[in-house]
Amino acid sequence: MIWNEPMETMPLQDLKNLQSERLVKLARYVYDNCPVYKQKFETHGISPSDIRSLDDITKLPFTTKMDMRDNYPYGLFSLPRTQIVEIHVSTGTTGNPTLVGYTRDDVDLWGEVTARCLCCAGAKSDDIIQIAYGYGLFTGGLGFHYGAMKMGLTIIPTSSGQTKRQLKIMQDFKPRILCCTPSYCLYMAEECREMGIDPRSSSWNIGIFGAEPWSERMRAEIEQTWNMLAVDVYGLSEIIGPGVSQECTYKEGLHVFSDVFYPEIIDPETGKPVPDGQPGELVITTLTKQGIPLIRYRTRDIVSITHEPCRCGRTCPRTSKITGRTDDMIVVRGINVFPSQIEHVLLGIEGTQPHYQIVVDRLAHKLDEVEIMVEVDEKMFSDEIKQMKSLEHKIKKEIEAILSIGVTVKLVEPKTIQRSEGKAKRVIDKRQL
Amino acid sequence: MEVNFWNPEVETMERSQLEALQLKRLQAVIGYALKTPFYQKRLSRAGISRPEDVRSLQELQKIPFTVKDDLRQNFPAGLLAVDMEEVVRIHSSSGTTGVPTVIYLTAEDLNSWTDLLARSIITTGCCRKDIFQNMMSYGLFTGGLGLHYGAERVGMTVIPVGGGNTQRQVQLMRDFKTTVVHVTPSYLLHIHTRLAEFGVKASDLHLRRAFLGAEPYSENTRLKLQELYGIDAYNSYGLSEMNGPSVAFECVYKKDMHLWEDAYIVEIIDPATGQILPDGQKGEVVLTNLVRHAMPLMRYRTRDLAFLHTEPCPCGRTHRRLSRIQGRTDDMLIINGVNVFPSQIEEVIMAIPEVGTNYMIHLTSAGALDKLIVKVEIYSKMFTGDLNSLDALKGKIRDRLRASITINPHIELHEPGSLPVFEGKAKHVVDNREKL
Amino acid sequence: MKITQISVFLENRKGRLYEICSMLGQAKINIRALTIAETETFGVLRMVVDKPAEAIELFRKNHVTANQADVVAVEVPDRPGGLANVLKMLSDRQVNVEYMYGFVEKFSENALLVFRFDNPEKGGQVLRDAGINVLAGKEIQGL
Repeated sequence: MIWNEPMETMPLQDLKNLQSERLVKLARYVYDNCPVYKQKFETHGISPSDIRSLDDITKLPFTTKMDMRDNYPYGLFSLPRTQIVEIHVSTGTTGNPTLVGYTRDDVDLWGEVTARCLCCAGAKSDDIIQIAYGYGLFTGGLGFHYGAMKMGLTIIPTSSGQTKRQLKIMQDFKPRILCCTPSYCLYMAEECREMGIDPRSSSWNIGIFGAEPWSERMRAEIEQTWNMLAVDVYGLSEIIGPGVSQECTYKEGLHVFSDVFYPEIIDPETGKPVPDGQPGELVITTLTKQGIPLIRYRTRDIVSITHEPCRCGRTCPRTSKITGRTDDMIVVRGINVFPSQIEHVLLGIEGTQPHYQIVVDRLAHKLDEVEIMVEVDEKMFSDEIKQMKSLEHKIKKEIEAILSIGVTVKLVEPKTIQRSEGKAKRVIDKRQL
Repeated sequence: MEVNFWNPEVETMERSQLEALQLKRLQAVIGYALKTPFYQKRLSRAGISRPEDVRSLQELQKIPFTVKDDLRQNFPAGLLAVDMEEVVRIHSSSGTTGVPTVIYLTAEDLNSWTDLLARSIITTGCCRKDIFQNMMSYGLFTGGLGLHYGAERVGMTVIPVGGGNTQRQVQLMRDFKTTVVHVTPSYLLHIHTRLAEFGVKASDLHLRRAFLGAEPYSENTRLKLQELYGIDAYNSYGLSEMNGPSVAFECVYKKDMHLWEDAYIVEIIDPATGQILPDGQKGEVVLTNLVRHAMPLMRYRTRDLAFLHTEPCPCGRTHRRLSRIQGRTDDMLIINGVNVFPSQIEEVIMAIPEVGTNYMIHLTSAGALDKLIVKVEIYSKMFTGDLNSLDALKGKIRDRLRASITINPHIELHEPGSLPVFEGKAKHVVDNREKL
Repeated sequence: MKITQISVFLENRKGRLYEICSMLGQAKINIRALTIAETETFGVLRMVVDKPAEAIELFRKNHVTANQADVVAVEVPDRPGGLANVLKMLSDRQVNVEYMYGFVEKFSENALLVFRFDNPEKGGQVLRDAGINVLAGKEIQGL
C-alpha cells in the first residue's frame, strides 16, 4: 500500500515542477520571515527573486549545524513562537542542544511522512505496532507515533528500554510491526531466548529500524534471527525526525520523500554536486515546513543517490544506506555523540585540557557500550578511593546528563591513551556493523 | 478571579441535566460491557441483560464492584469490548512482575479523553500561548502522553522532556521560558534544591503554573512550592485503569479537584462493607468510566481514600470536588510518583540465589525525593570474601529491581540473621519519609 | 611526628604493580610498608618508603601519577588488645581513622602500624601524650 499515491508516484517532470514551485515560495518565505536567512541571503548576494526554479537551488547558501547552534534557541524560527506546538531538542556539538520546533502543520507533515514510511515498509491499517524508540525529546518515538495515529494503527507506545517488558508485551498483544534501533532488536533476541521464547516464533513480521547506521550483514542477522522483514528508515531531528526517507519491501535503497524534503548530494570539500551513484554528503531542503524551514541543510551523512524508478512504483529518488560521516560524530544506541561534548564536560570538571578517549564497542548480542577513558594527572589524583570514585562518578553523571545514555568512565594512568603524531585519537570504534 | 472554560455547557450543566447525561452514557457503556464475557456474566447475575435494564443512576448499585484482581484474571483481552481493529492505543502499567493493568482505547475514546485533558488544562487558567514542559515520563505510562495530547489540543507549545535529567530540565525551562510544568511535587521541590548548581535562580524562570500529580502531598507542600517558584500549583487525580490523568483537576480556586462527572460516575464507599457513604464522609473512591467503550470498567474500586465536598465551587462548575487522596486501602507504596507493591520487590529479590531469607524495605527522604533502600541478607554459602563479587551482587539486585519497578533502589547487603525477624505478620516496610 | 606516605594511581592490569616496584628497586628505594586499595577498574597503592622525596621525583619522571599524604607511624604493643587500646584513645578524643596498615617488619618487640587520621597532627599528639611511641621520619629511614 502507498500512503500518498499522488505524491509518491508522481511522474518525474510533474514532481520537478512541484518542487520548483515550492522552492520559489520557500526562498521568499524564509527571506521575509526569518532574519537569519535574510542576512544569509544578503551576504551571499542573492535575493528571493533570483530563485525561479529548482535549477536555481545551487545559488542558495548552505545551512549547517553551526547555524542552528549560533542561533539557539529561536533564531531560525520563521514564525512567532506561539505558532509552535511542539519542541524537540537533540544533542548539539557542545553546550547548547539543537532545537527543532513544529507548527501544527509541521506535526501534521511529520505524521504524513512517517505514515508513508509505515506503508512503505508494508504496514496495513489494521496492524498493531510496538514503538520501542524512545519517547520524549528524542524524535523517534513520537514521530512514528504520529504516523501510526494517522494510519489508525493500534499503537503500543512502549518507548525504549525494559527489554523483558517489551518481550512480554509482544507476547501478550501480538504486534506485527516493531520500531526500534537495529542493535536493540538484536539485543532483544538474546533476552528472548533467555526467557525461553524462540525469536523466530515472535509476532513481529516487520521491523522498521533506524536512528543509527547498520549494515546488510546486520539486516541478514535480524531477518534470520527473528524471521521478519527488516527495513531501514532515515531522518534527523533538524529536518523533522524519522520520516525523511524509507526503504520499501524491495530493500533497494531508501525512498526520499522529495516532494517535501529535496535531496542533493555534494562533494563535502567543494560543495559542488556529485553525479548519481557517487558517494557524497546528503544535503536537504525542507520544501514545505513552516516553523523552522531549512535551506540546503548539510546532514554530514555520506550516501549516494539514484533517480531510477523503483519496482514498488514510487518515483521519488533513493539513497544508499549511510556509508560514513564528514565529521567525527558517532551514533550510539540511536544517540548522536560528538567527542567535543565529552571534552566540554571534562574541561568543566578538571579546568584543563583533558586527555581522554571514547571507546565504543558492541559485544555479540549486546547493546553498544561507551567507555570513556580519562587520564588521571596529579591534580586529579587523591589517595582516597572515595574521592577517586566520586570523581569517576561525577564525570559519568555529567556526561550521561548531556548524552542521555549510560557510559562507563575509566580512570587511566597518564600516557595510556595512544597518540598519533602528538594528536590523540579521540574515538576508537570497535563495533562491527 | 478569571474563570475560563473549555466546554462551558458541560462544565456548568445543571445537576439534573448532568445526571440525565450520566444515565444516557451509562446505558451506552453497559451496552459495550455486555459484549465482554466478564461483564456479561456479572451483569446477567445482577439481572441486567440489556442497557435499559438500568433505568436510573440508583440502579447502578445493582452492578457488583470490579476490583484489580478482575483485571488480572482477565488479562490481557478479557475486558475488551470492541474488535482489536478499532483499538488505536494500548497502555499498560505492567512491569515484569506484579499485577498488569492494560487499557484499550478506540479513536473516539482517545478523543474524549484528550478533550477531558484539554478541559483540565484550561480549568487551571492556562491558554494556548503557554509553553508547557511535560516532566512526566512518556510511553506506556499515561502521565506523559496524556497531558501531551491535552496540551496539543489546547495549542500550547509542548516540550516533551519526560522524567529525569534535572540539568536538562532546568536548561530547557530557562532557555525556552517555560510557563507550565507537569510534575510530581517531590521532583519540583528537588529541582529547586539544584537550581544554584546550574547557576539559575527561581526568579530567572518564567514559570507560572504547575500541574502536580502521581503522588500524595499536603497543602503545606503546595504552599511551599508556590512560594519557592512564585507560581500557582494545581492538584490532579487519575489512575491508569481510568486512562490516567484528568479524572479530577483543580480550578483556579484550588479548593480541591473537580471530578469530571460527565465522564465518570463517582461513589464513595465504606471499604469494609461496600456501603455508599454520604458526601463529606471519607471512604474508598469507586469510579465508573462513562466515555470509554473499548474497555468499560464499572464500579471500579480504586483503593484510594478520599471524600467529596458538599458545597458548590465559586467557579460555577457543577461537577463535585474530590478531596486530596487521604490514604490507601492496601499496602501500595508511591515512590517518587511510581506505584510499587512490596510483593513486587519480594518476588524479585527472592529469585536471586545469593540472597538469604530475610529482607527489609526502608523508605527515607533524600532531600525532596524519596529514597528506596532494600536491605537483604546474603546467603552465607554464597559468600566468597571477594569485595568485587559483593559489589557485583549489589549491582545485580539493583538492576533486576529497576527492571521490575522502574525505580533505582539503594541496596544494602547484611550478614545472615542480622535483620529483624517477626513473629506473626512480618513488617517488611519501614516508611520514614517526611510527609510532603 | 608525621611521616610522608606516597600514593600511586594504578590501573588494574597485569604487571603494573611489578613495574612500579622494580622502578623503586632500581633506584635503591626501599619500601617499608605498603597496602593496596582496589576497585573494579583501578587501585591505589599506598606506601611508606625510606626516601620519599626521591621516590616522588622518580615517579614524576616516569609519568606515574602519585602524590603525598601525611600519615602517622605508631608502635603498637604486640599483644591481645594492644591495637584496641590505641584505637580507644583515638576514638575517645574524636580522632577518626581513615585507613591503616602494617609495616613490613616489627620494630623492637612491638608491631608498627601506619595510620591515616582525619587530623594527623591531633592523632599523633593524642598517642604521644598517652605514652605511645610515634615514629619520626628519620627513624623510618633508619629501619
